[in-house]
Amino acid sequence: MTPLDPPKKLTRKDFVSDQEVRWCPGCGDYAIVAAIQRVLPKIGSTRENTVFVSGIGCSSRFPYYMNTYGFHTIHGRAPALATGVKLANPELDVWVITGDGDGLSIGGNHFLHLLRRNVNLQIILFNNRIYGLTKGQYSPTSLVGKKSPSTPLGSIDSPVTPAAFALGSGARFVSRAIDVDVKNLSAVLTRAHEFKGTGLIEVFQNCPVFNDGAFSHFTERATATETQLHLEHGKPMIFGKERDRGLRLRPGTLEIEVVTIGENGITEADLLVHDETNRAQAFLLSGLEPPLFPVALGVLFAAPAPAFEEAVLDQNRQAVELRGAGDIDALLRKGHTWTVGGDSQDS
Amino acid sequence: MDTFASQSAERESLESVVIRFAGDSGDGMQLTGTQFTQSTALMGNDLATFPDFPAEIRAPAGTTFGVSGFQIHFASRDIMTPGDAPDVLVAMNPAALKVNLPDLKVGGMLLVNTGAFTAGNLKKAGYEENPLDGDDLAPYRVLKLDISKLTLASVEPFELSTKEALRSKNMWTLGLVMWMFDRERSETVAWLEKKFAKKPEIAQANIAALNAGHAYGETAEFPQGIGCYTVPKADLEAGTYRNITGNEATSWGVVAGAKLAGIRPVLGSYPITPASTILHTLANLKEHGVVTFQAEDEIAAVCAAIGASYAGSLGLTSTSGPGVALKAEAIGLAVATELPLLIIDVQRGGPSTGLPTKTEQSDLLQAVYGRNGDCPLPVIAAQTPGDCFYMAIEAIRLAVKYMTPVMLLTDGALANSAEPWKIPSFADFEPFPANFRTDPENFHPFVRDPETLARVWAKPGTPGTEHRIGGLEKHHDSGNISYDPDNHHKMTKIRAAKVAQIADDVPAQTVDQGDAEGDLLVVGWGSTYGAISQAVSACRASGLKVSHAHIRYISPLPRGLGELLKSFKRVLIPEMNNGMLIKILRAEFLVDAKGLNKIAGQPFKVSEIEAAIRSHLSNEPSE
Ligand code: SF4
Repeated sequence: MTPLDPPKKLTRKDFVSDQEVRWCPGCGDYAIVAAIQRVLPKIGSTRENTVFVSGIGCSSRFPYYMNTYGFHTIHGRAPALATGVKLANPELDVWVITGDGDGLSIGGNHFLHLLRRNVNLQIILFNNRIYGLTKGQYSPTSLVGKKSPSTPLGSIDSPVTPAAFALGSGARFVSRAIDVDVKNLSAVLTRAHEFKGTGLIEVFQNCPVFNDGAFSHFTERATATETQLHLEHGKPMIFGKERDRGLRLRPGTLEIEVVTIGENGITEADLLVHDETNRAQAFLLSGLEPPLFPVALGVLFAAPAPAFEEAVLDQNRQAVELRGAGDIDALLRKGHTWTVGGDSQDS
Repeated sequence: MDTFASQSAERESLESVVIRFAGDSGDGMQLTGTQFTQSTALMGNDLATFPDFPAEIRAPAGTTFGVSGFQIHFASRDIMTPGDAPDVLVAMNPAALKVNLPDLKVGGMLLVNTGAFTAGNLKKAGYEENPLDGDDLAPYRVLKLDISKLTLASVEPFELSTKEALRSKNMWTLGLVMWMFDRERSETVAWLEKKFAKKPEIAQANIAALNAGHAYGETAEFPQGIGCYTVPKADLEAGTYRNITGNEATSWGVVAGAKLAGIRPVLGSYPITPASTILHTLANLKEHGVVTFQAEDEIAAVCAAIGASYAGSLGLTSTSGPGVALKAEAIGLAVATELPLLIIDVQRGGPSTGLPTKTEQSDLLQAVYGRNGDCPLPVIAAQTPGDCFYMAIEAIRLAVKYMTPVMLLTDGALANSAEPWKIPSFADFEPFPANFRTDPENFHPFVRDPETLARVWAKPGTPGTEHRIGGLEKHHDSGNISYDPDNHHKMTKIRAAKVAQIADDVPAQTVDQGDAEGDLLVVGWGSTYGAISQAVSACRASGLKVSHAHIRYISPLPRGLGELLKSFKRVLIPEMNNGMLIKILRAEFLVDAKGLNKIAGQPFKVSEIEAAIRSHLSNEPSE
């Protein structure tokens, strides 16, 4: 391509593959793939430089539907595999696609280490609080009491909160969105992509077949203004139809409480102001859920740090500067050598 | 007395000697052995070593399970094994004596540090009575010295604490043994100065101890039977040599192989004995463009390697048997997606955690068959420490040329043993550059080379060849997901055929020693090479019609092997496992091979194989 031949402007269609989509009708995954296909051309992605890496599960079919590079790997291991892709070629734009079972159960270990290393890629966690592909068993994000084929009397183990787990693991970018909320989902996808390091996007995804309405207590449009808090850096945490409710720290504690502006002398100045770089505050926000609280959506935490793979390759560059580019013959003759017969004498 | 000339004139010349240094883990026996090895190499002897250390990092001092040993075999002729029974045993404490005395040759020389034979140490070693007092040592030539006391005296001017001063007793001992066998100290002196550059008084104390041990040899009167010796230079092929361990050779082979392929090696690895030194070695070769990644676990290690291969690098992973077990599913993914990948399995005793620091060949069946589904991949095995270099390069060549994972088997014995190695010239290696597809015309990810059956390698970043791959079955003619029954049958057959025809691209099986027909063929693989070779050589010298074939390519097996097996009346397969290669050869060629199995965590002794050969040949086969 020459400078006279400017790159063709890509559109959503350029990112749609020729493969027939095989998710169940009404699955939240459709909305997510559509959002990505719309966002990629807007953020300047190219087909050849984009790689989708997934594990196993309904969501992990994702790469087949993208007309980019893609690798559908094995259960839970996509973060490790994607780390290898970035170590081989840091220039590639990598998106990891995972789910609550794939990423937090069988792949929990890799999820933790990907986040703490801060490999420069985006990871989208499709959380539907259920195993879909294996036909409806409860997952590590299912609520206690979840009846499923493997828990006929209800599940008894406590669920993990993905955002809290991520923050505890040392993640440097944690965000959340609802599958069908195109505007907010597109916004966090864009932010995660801009972020240098591991950008986690947890998507609350509805599985109409095995866990319909798992998140309806905050996704229902009619009540959304009361059950959702859309975070904005530097802005007070306000929600509610009348924009009169907010969050503040309960005085003298490390707990968040819901207050109403204008009641008991509360003004906007009393409310918590969102600070994306405050990990402790992000942790408090990650645990909020109706009925007592709204769910915090958007970017909970963003604190840039050097990307892992760049630091790794930097060490290679430094080694070359320090020792010169490696030479195999010199390597084989490093240390003690001796000569038998002939007349050449090494070291 | 100025005696150097007269002393050396009196030296008795020996053809070969086996020395074992044994002491507590804290006594520095591995360093002593390594230094003795270094100076022996410089003397021009052929040599082989076998370090044997406990699994515990800091086993309680003085106990039998804390005993660490280092055996070196050196000679004026070609040798291939660290030796069977030691001629000389150095025992630094009662536990070392207890563990090692049964191995010492009758009539062998025993050097004991009497200073460590305290009541407490005797008890810890499980001795009721002091073995130095009774008749137990009568069959040996014993030199009893209070090395602890002699060492303290030698380092007195440095005013070290007693504990610190006693640390030099290995150097005192080394000095004495170097005098006995006519070795140069200068390299060890230089090494000590470098190692303790920041603590010059420690360096000087150790050098003083080394010299004192040597001087002791020159001046002391020794009992009958203890003397000084020389082992003349071996007649080695002309060239530049170095000592090399298997793990070093493997690591350097990886760097060389990747360079020949023209791609960057990316190692994903997780620490595991006895493979970790490959990770350490490669982590220190960053100027060669080697990327090393210490992953969170074995699975992540191999997955990162697969990701790197997908992106156009050479992904590789180094591990041992338990790690291979964990990686099995991911290796299957690399088979299904037909990506190059090198898996290095430095085998150790199993099952489970087994014997981490001891050697075994019991991952053979795991390597060849240990994955779900029909999942073939090439498996090759190195036979000597130096051979690890060549086989690592060969593994990379096959992986890149055939777009397949390749398993390279070495083992704990190869990994840690050193041998003199004639250094090759890198220019003599034929490059095998990786071939990346860049042409979008008629592209799909499973377009195959009609000759090699390798699929195309199109790396992300290339415009026009965007594609998706994965573990699901693919249609043979589009690469798209396919659940078609006939297609799966066809793809399984193609994957098998691709690996099977590699047999045409590797050397046909030959005999290493002996005729291509006869009474008995001894077939080995891996690190048993040296022991089998010497045993066969000894048997042939006494007129037996025995030959030796060593298999470096285990899957697919080399051409000509079947005919070779059938050209002998009997086939004997020594293995350090409970019978694995034998199963494959029986299944493949319907030969009635017999096994010789040693599963003791220790390499075969030459004598064990020799005895088996003689016993198999003493009764004619019943037809
Ligand atoms: S099972 Fe649930 S998550 Fe899976 S495709 Fe169907 S609706 Fe979607």
